[in-house]
Amino acid sequence: MAEVTYLEALRQGMMEEMRRDENVFILGEDVGAYGGAFKVTDGFLAEFGERRVIDTPISEAAIVGAAAGAAHMGLRPVAEMQFIDFISCAYDMLTNYVATARYRAGLPTPMVVRGPSGGYVRGGPFHSQNPEAAFLHTPGLKIVCPATARDAKGLIKSAIRDDDPVLYFEHKFLYRRIKEDLPEGEEILTPIGKARVAREGRDLTIITWSAMVYKALEAAERLEKEDGLSVEVLDLRTLLPMDDEAIMASVKKTSRVLIAHEDTRTGGVAGEITARINDQAFEWLDAPVKRVTAHDVPLPYAPTLEDFVLPQTDDLVVAARWLAAY
Amino acid sequence: MTPTVSPPVSPAAPPHGLSRAQLHEMYYFMRLTRSLEERLVNLYRQTKVIGGLFRSLGQEADSVGSAYALDRGQGDFLSPLIRNLGSMLVQGATPLEILRQYMAKAESPTRGRELNIHYGDLERGFIGQISHLGDMVPVMAGVALSFKMRKQPRVGMVYVGDGAMSTGTFHEGINFAAVQRLPMVIICENNGYSFSTPMHKQTAVRQLVDKAAAYGIPGVRADGNDVLAVYGATKPAVERARQGGGCTLIELVTYRRKGHAEHDNQSYQSTGEIAEWEAKDPIDRCIRDYVEAGWATVEELAEIDARILALLDDAVGHCEDEPMPAAGTALDGVLADPARAELEWYRRIDG
Repeated sequence: MAEVTYLEALRQGMMEEMRRDENVFILGEDVGAYGGAFKVTDGFLAEFGERRVIDTPISEAAIVGAAAGAAHMGLRPVAEMQFIDFISCAYDMLTNYVATARYRAGLPTPMVVRGPSGGYVRGGPFHSQNPEAAFLHTPGLKIVCPATARDAKGLIKSAIRDDDPVLYFEHKFLYRRIKEDLPEGEEILTPIGKARVAREGRDLTIITWSAMVYKALEAAERLEKEDGLSVEVLDLRTLLPMDDEAIMASVKKTSRVLIAHEDTRTGGVAGEITARINDQAFEWLDAPVKRVTAHDVPLPYAPTLEDFVLPQTDDLVVAARWLAAY
Repeated sequence: MTPTVSPPVSPAAPPHGLSRAQLHEMYYFMRLTRSLEERLVNLYRQTKVIGGLFRSLGQEADSVGSAYALDRGQGDFLSPLIRNLGSMLVQGATPLEILRQYMAKAESPTRGRELNIHYGDLERGFIGQISHLGDMVPVMAGVALSFKMRKQPRVGMVYVGDGAMSTGTFHEGINFAAVQRLPMVIICENNGYSFSTPMHKQTAVRQLVDKAAAYGIPGVRADGNDVLAVYGATKPAVERARQGGGCTLIELVTYRRKGHAEHDNQSYQSTGEIAEWEAKDPIDRCIRDYVEAGWATVEELAEIDARILALLDDAVGHCEDEPMPAAGTALDGVLADPARAELEWYRRIDG
């Protein structure tokens, strides 16, 4: 067993896939000689050469568009956005071209667009975003958001093997903070579209993903100690296609649901999850579905401001107590 | 209109290494483009064309002459824009497919999901455009990147217009292709207008080909209404790309004699301007040049015209009364996994 960080697990996953399949290649800004802004692709150029590790101009639309063209021809590109905030520069290519290619033209487009997302790192408005809601609304895309090192590895490998375009949103706060024993030689393939019960519980469910999973687990610990509540934490792992089955199973078990995400509230993913619960399991609820999210502001820089805007463990505890008492 | 000209006593060899048969084939594709569009106009007036109709009247030579410079035997690719029906026909698209697309038939290549010439076929080597101008430039760069990575001697060609060259994706795509020295040819079809906007409101450069310098690639400008000049400008760029020499921007100067689409009354184009370009019609010119040089007889070209009309009669007869797709087919094929997302529950209101 070897203890690996979330970042290293992601790196290993990409490396294993590039060794396994000659058609896999990476492209992005500073991914080659520098090894990526966060060193996710460190060592790739040395092993795979310039043909399969392509440093690009600062052109997110071209990176995504070229990945799509190469994918049509049978290659499996992994495109890096240096910070996921810049994926908005490729929004047109992703939503109009990539996402529709199979439906309107029968074009296979197996490609991954990945990059560091998320806050709690004092990155300010343009190095902290969580763009999942911007793409959740686009049929034809898949979205994964790993929380653990095992899933960081298992989801990048599954994403690369998937026959559809996958957006892989890794969380930069977790890069070097999360460590896990991952057996060497084990083929880890986390299925896309399957949630994970991160903690079993009976009284209340917190549905979340990515770095918020850890805040939810902290809140669950406190609620157990201080309130005697048994809290279940469901880590969605994939947002598109959403694992309705796992969500409804947990709703039917606890009848009280708190949805927590780091992104802002209005038009956020929690709204969609709430609507699905309403459609599919309303009669199982004992309380309204509650949301804990960031406030509806661009994410500010100062620690005092960022900590206030982003959801914290205390916010989850307060909301959970309200729900439990309902 | 067939001009009255006399053939020479002893014909010169056709230019650019083309054979007589190839010249006839280029004429065939230009005439096919025009006649197919004329047939579509009839169907449009009968309200059988569901959406808009986009003509390439007067621009047939630039599409056909450029696409003809590709080598289908080697697996070259292209991605057209809305006025490059001729390029698609050269690459192997059929009139039947085009008619079905315009009439939204179930048997159309996109099963009624996409309009007009927005479709492609990886086997025949063309990728359908989307409406967001410039987006196909990075996509074709990716296709060309795959050729380069696999060391295949293949070339990708992508079409833009004077308007598409103002977009960000055009810039990003051509810059990426230039930096990577990809085997790609970018054809700029300069027809003077993007919808109603004339070129001088689109860009401050005097000639669109001047933009090539900004990307460090060769730029070539040719008369887009002379099919042989178009071929002559394109062929060396295609072969240079095939041999690893990188990409080329080619500006083909032509004119859009019809409106942006059939519904457009062209109030912004002067009748004098349109008449001036009508006199430079690329098909009339082709006939005149061929007959004068002795590369074709009027009878041979008339025989081609007749063959095309019969082909179109057959194609229209074949699909005119075909059904549109069944409503429920709208749901499949969004993802490779054929799951029909959520239909089961989201419309269920009776528990």
